[in-house]
Amino acid sequence: MTKAAEWQLALPLALCFVSLFLAPLLLLIGVSFFDDDKITQPGFGQWVKFFGDPFSYKVIVDTLLLGVKTVCATVLLGYPLALVYLDAPPRLQKVLIFIIVMPLLLSVVVRTFAWIVMLGRDGVINQLLLSLGIISEPLRLLQTELGLVISLTQIEMPLMLLPLISVMSRLDPNLRDASAALGASRWRTLFTVIVPLSMPGLVAGCLLVFASSTTAFISQTVIGGVRLIYLPLLIWQQSLVVFNWPFAAVASIALLVSVLTVVSALSWLGRRSSGHLQG
Amino acid sequence: MKSTSQNTTAASLSQPAARTLDVEELSVRYGASLAVDGVSLAIEPGEVVALLGPSGCGKTTLLRVIAGFVRQASGRVRVDGTPIDHLPANRRNIGIVFQNYALFPHMTVAENVAYGLRARGVASAEIQSRIGRFLDIVQLGAFRERLPRQLSGGQQQRVALARALAVEPSILLLDEPFAALDRNLRLDMQIEVKRLQRTLGLTTILVTHDQDEAMSVADRIAVMNKGKVEQFDTPVAIYDRPQTLFVNGFIGTTNLLNGKVAAIDGGSTKVKLDAGATVTLLTRPDIRPGSSVLLSVRPEQLTLSSTPSPSAWRVEPGLSLPLGAQLVHEARTIDGANLKIVEPRRAAPVESGRIYCTLASDAHPSLFPHSTS
Repeated sequence: MTKAAEWQLALPLALCFVSLFLAPLLLLIGVSFFDDDKITQPGFGQWVKFFGDPFSYKVIVDTLLLGVKTVCATVLLGYPLALVYLDAPPRLQKVLIFIIVMPLLLSVVVRTFAWIVMLGRDGVINQLLLSLGIISEPLRLLQTELGLVISLTQIEMPLMLLPLISVMSRLDPNLRDASAALGASRWRTLFTVIVPLSMPGLVAGCLLVFASSTTAFISQTVIGGVRLIYLPLLIWQQSLVVFNWPFAAVASIALLVSVLTVVSALSWLGRRSSGHLQG
Repeated sequence: MKSTSQNTTAASLSQPAARTLDVEELSVRYGASLAVDGVSLAIEPGEVVALLGPSGCGKTTLLRVIAGFVRQASGRVRVDGTPIDHLPANRRNIGIVFQNYALFPHMTVAENVAYGLRARGVASAEIQSRIGRFLDIVQLGAFRERLPRQLSGGQQQRVALARALAVEPSILLLDEPFAALDRNLRLDMQIEVKRLQRTLGLTTILVTHDQDEAMSVADRIAVMNKGKVEQFDTPVAIYDRPQTLFVNGFIGTTNLLNGKVAAIDGGSTKVKLDAGATVTLLTRPDIRPGSSVLLSVRPEQLTLSSTPSPSAWRVEPGLSLPLGAQLVHEARTIDGANLKIVEPRRAAPVESGRIYCTLASDAHPSLFPHSTS
């Protein structure tokens, strides 16, 4: 096959990409430069309106913070779980990987409604805590950021664990033994050998969880309710409730740019930290 | 003054006195099977001992127990008489070099060497001086800031060695350290390791499946099979006087001849070979008159001639291959055994016609009871 013929293999995908992603994106940018919701008068009015309103900044910051909190929770819970997975005997590893992947096999809607049952005023968590006498009044978890972070942590966990486990299981098991033989404690081995060498997986997991949790419209709306406003909900309200498409377009671009900025910063850091590992 | 300066050089290289290492009745269980089965070894200070055997014989498991990576089911490991079984790997002060070197890929050569020193909380000035000293010992002083992947296999191995030695371990363990190197480099590294080990006087255990490596590097060899030590002796004794049929077959090339014990007369045993000759050998306590035996003879302990004698048996000569200064003959006995015979190349080869094979005058063949298994 000649070179010309080889690149032609990429054509179907390229056409899909252009027609289903690039064109709508350009359309979106175009729509944002109209002043009225009928899309007749060009102008910067919606941009001025969006960025002139302190509320917009609060929504952007809340959205990014939600992503950061979910990332932190998945790292804190997921990293030890990945270590447990690595130490587990092969048969247990199969069971663990099934449990880890399971959330991906269920619909987002099902997972989210399951969390309503868990987090509700008479839900499983409150009843457990009440019966154990840890709390005297039911906690308010639904329609709070805490409840949202808890459920997103479970929902996004596979996205953290899969890249992490894939990188960690490729580490040479002799490295741990070598470190121990040189007199290092388990903690020193963890922080000086295992964590630095698993950085590529950790960064990939953080990227996926961040991008996914900041845009998790269904979970944000069903568990967070309408009182907790994040960018996806704002976009939905503006486009499908108020029918102000130009304003929704501006908000969409704000979401895209702010998430992309954080994601590319993270991946730059990741490349820098893992640059010396490849070879 | 000259001697003083020499002394300081020696002193700066010298380690704490070499330790003894005793393995007592050690067994390791993997599931239902015993990977190591009641192994005992008493290793002298400063000695190099090779654990030699086929893969799966338990040699690496034994090494990992000594290092503290694997727990034994029973038995004891002592360093200088003190049991170390209760200590985790990071408190044992035992250096180990792995087959794949296991250098930390994200650290420079200097950081790799410093790793064990940092873990021990050695002062940073002392760390710097030891990095310099041990990298000089392995002749890698110029490679301090390189990453492991920028080094060749032999260089990586020397870093692994420097890293293991820098913490001044009481025992050095080498797990198939030369297996990944090409032939020429392997010989160089074997010599270098031996030299270092001598200089530092470290008690060393080398795991290998390569008998030449064990022969050339070790002071004593423990030949292992199925979790047990078959023989623990000097390389020469193992080659010349193998105690079991397994050791006999595993080390070097050998010829096996079937026979029956004809008579035992004090120190000498007469064996009638099925090939048609009677040979006289040293008596072994576990062999009775009339019993079937296997006679094992090294190829260089057989000679060919054209003169018949009671102690020579008729052979049908096969191929002769020149191998450097020697000739390797193939021959077949009348009872169907194939023999390999190594002789120096002579000006006048054995004439054609009837050819007889006999034991060389200095031959010391080994006698084994013929077991049905």
